[in-house]
Amino acid sequence: MSDPVIRINKMNKWFGNFHVLRDIDLNVASGEKIVICGPSGSGKSTLIRCINRLETHQEGEIEVEGVTLDGSLKNLEEIRSNVGMVFQQFNLFPHMTVLENCTLSPIWVQQKSQAEAEKLARELLERVRIPDQAGKYPGQLSGGQQQRVAIARALCMNPRIMLFDEPTSALDPEMIKEVLDVLVELANEGMTMLCVTHEMGFARQVADRVIFMDEGEIVEENAPEAFFSNPENERTQLFLSQVLTH
Amino acid sequence: MSSWTPTAPRPAPASTVGFVAWTRANLFANKLDTALTLLAFTLVVYVVEAIFGWAIIDASFTGDDRTACLKEVQGACWPFIEAKFGQFIYGRYPDAERWRVDLVFLSGLIGLIPMLMPNVGFKRANMIYLLGFYPIFAFIMLNGGMLGLATVDTTDWGGLLVTLVVAITGIVASLPLGILLALGRRSDLPIVRALCIGFIEIFRGVPLITVLFMASVMLPLFLPDGVNFDKLVRCLIGVALFSSAYMAEVVRGGLQAIPKGQYEAAAALGLGYWKTTRLIILPQALKLVIPGIVNTFIGLFKDTTLVLIVGLFDLLGIVQLHFTDASWATPETHITGYVFAGAVFWLFCFAMSRYSIFMENHLSTDRTSS
Repeated sequence: MSDPVIRINKMNKWFGNFHVLRDIDLNVASGEKIVICGPSGSGKSTLIRCINRLETHQEGEIEVEGVTLDGSLKNLEEIRSNVGMVFQQFNLFPHMTVLENCTLSPIWVQQKSQAEAEKLARELLERVRIPDQAGKYPGQLSGGQQQRVAIARALCMNPRIMLFDEPTSALDPEMIKEVLDVLVELANEGMTMLCVTHEMGFARQVADRVIFMDEGEIVEENAPEAFFSNPENERTQLFLSQVLTH
Repeated sequence: MSSWTPTAPRPAPASTVGFVAWTRANLFANKLDTALTLLAFTLVVYVVEAIFGWAIIDASFTGDDRTACLKEVQGACWPFIEAKFGQFIYGRYPDAERWRVDLVFLSGLIGLIPMLMPNVGFKRANMIYLLGFYPIFAFIMLNGGMLGLATVDTTDWGGLLVTLVVAITGIVASLPLGILLALGRRSDLPIVRALCIGFIEIFRGVPLITVLFMASVMLPLFLPDGVNFDKLVRCLIGVALFSSAYMAEVVRGGLQAIPKGQYEAAAALGLGYWKTTRLIILPQALKLVIPGIVNTFIGLFKDTTLVLIVGLFDLLGIVQLHFTDASWATPETHITGYVFAGAVFWLFCFAMSRYSIFMENHLSTDRTSS
């Protein structure tokens, strides 16, 4: 493996006395697509939220593109400008138009000019196939459209790594596909992606590696073919038999 | 394979829309409804008739002293208001200098009206005018003592002038102070949080009258000899601090309603605390609590009448003061004066209330079409 862009070494995290993440070791190479799955409460969301420090870990190290995540604000700023994130609940800013949502970070964090930021935002809205919604407010869009805006908003920072926290879990069945199509496209363009999802078809199609977590630990990680057809661990087999039988 | 064509929409049945249908559904739905409607209607007619009779039909409109208001059946004594109008607006502000007050009122309106209209531009320039230039200009004009203007001591200010000076200063100071206190109360820094909680709880737990008394009677006792603030200034500070404590709690209610996801999304986009607060959190939180904010403004506006207690004559105070004028002593003078003062207060408060509703609708982003 070439030099990893994300390096997680013996990372542990507790919520109070509850040990959510236990001895996590994970290296992600540039351009690699990783799908993380597992039952609810297994710590998969917490894991990716630790990568841009929405959650703080208590033990071990996380390094993103050579920058260590410790208490340092300067490091944190650098990491957050390189890492985009998309949430299950979209978390768009409801008081701003779609375009304003997208230009916020370019203007206020990266100090781009208004015109430059808008040009970039319109390009990215085009890429997620909603260029004509730029003037609307998030509340006027469907769930699938909102999630695509959220993806465009994250991409506007020009990040090298994208984190997806169950991006399709809050969507109606007919809208899941439009979001997944965008994700597949993004993956094909070579973005480094970590995606928490239960969309096993998506995992099979784009993932380089599938990680299965339970009880705050990485139980198994493998290439998707091997992972789905021949899971090594008993716990993984049980999980897969439950998700895939429907 | 058969193809499906959606059924074309039809208009609603005529008997369920329109004026007749509305009256039937809302006023005369059943026997009880009909009875209540008629009862309420009679009551409204009775009250309106009584008010109309007192304020217009039986009222006096012209006259120079009490004799104008001593009819057999006497309604409102409007000449009293007319004769004292200048006093009610300016207090004992010298006649020759009243143009200065008018100029201050006018120049305030010139900035305020376009500021309140969302579609008028130049908001930033207007803000600088209203918050930077105007207070200094208003102070110089009202107080005088420079630029060749005669000094008018604040003890001579009165009436609506004092009401507006106290209320507007209180409103303008309490919102930013309240926001800072609310943010401080939710801060992660224990000392900041403790100070903000202490301030809010002390000022909220004490009646405004006590604060005003402290400001005007107690404070000078603690100050060294020769150091003396104007009584009006002390009241202004007291009112501003008092209402900022209330404002802080209103704003905190709004802050608590913002979902955690908004903070997380802002953090993930690389925004720091102040940018997140200013661009993401406050615009949403303040919008949510517009009714509460305006409620506090209205309360504050009416509370200005309490400055009477420390010897400042606001609108209500000066109206009451003129009841003692023997040349206007009639049975209807009191009620006419109170109705006038009440009407002026109501006008300002109602305007604020309507404006808040307008802003709520204007800022709403969940309309279905843009």
